[in-house]
Amino acid sequence: MKNSHGLHGKTFVLILLMVLFGPLGDVFLSKGMKQIGAVSSWSPSGFASLFSQAFSSLLVWCGIGFLILFFVAYLLVLSWADYSFVQPASATSYVVVALLGALLLGEVITSVRWTGVLTICLGVVLVGGTPPRTTEHA
Amino acid sequence: MTAMREAFFMAIVVIAGTGGELCVTRAMKRVGEVKDFSPRNLLRVVLRAFRVGWMWLGLSLMTTAFLALLALLSWENVSFVVPATALSYAVGALGAKFLLGERISAKRWAGVLLVCLGVALVWVG
Repeated sequence: MKNSHGLHGKTFVLILLMVLFGPLGDVFLSKGMKQIGAVSSWSPSGFASLFSQAFSSLLVWCGIGFLILFFVAYLLVLSWADYSFVQPASATSYVVVALLGALLLGEVITSVRWTGVLTICLGVVLVGGTPPRTTEHA
Repeated sequence: MTAMREAFFMAIVVIAGTGGELCVTRAMKRVGEVKDFSPRNLLRVVLRAFRVGWMWLGLSLMTTAFLALLALLSWENVSFVVPATALSYAVGALGAKFLLGERISAKRWAGVLLVCLGVALVWVG
């Protein structure tokens, strides 16, 4: 029982890190790329200039850093937890994005979107109530 | 013909995307449960993960899904991502059951289906 409790605890912490780092990475990457501007030329030299601009942007590097942290948290949690537990539980990132958008950026969130957010929360609560690991330990 | 092509690429996005994640899961199960969270051990775990064949198969499939997504985005607007992202939760649960042998209780299925519905609503809204 104590073991199952510990498993729930570390699974919860890592999924929390995933749903924070993932959206943060996306936001930084998109802010960095918007700063560079729309892709104007699809020629090889145009691409080369786009890449050199992207990789000299601090925002882009922050985005990449957060996405790497996201991926490491994802790998670690999958070392013990079920995929069918982690995948739906990480949909909490949609809730985080909606809340951040509403609270920090003052975005207007439609009632349909709020209904979706609440439905995801309900689904995650149900999944979270099941044991994180159902397979034999290798 | 265009509809056929889009359906084909959407199937690649969903199947290669979730298939890739299932392969990554298999690789991490092979690495074994992480219990020591010191930075040194975490580095060792990640390096060990990249020596498992399933990890590379998984990353290749995820890259394929990403390229198919880019191709779709170049033809269509983003509305198609609604069914694709929502469906991937159901396909992921089926894959976990039949390919990884995870036991999915009625409660977990109910949760997965609510997440599918919720994600579709968030995209539509």
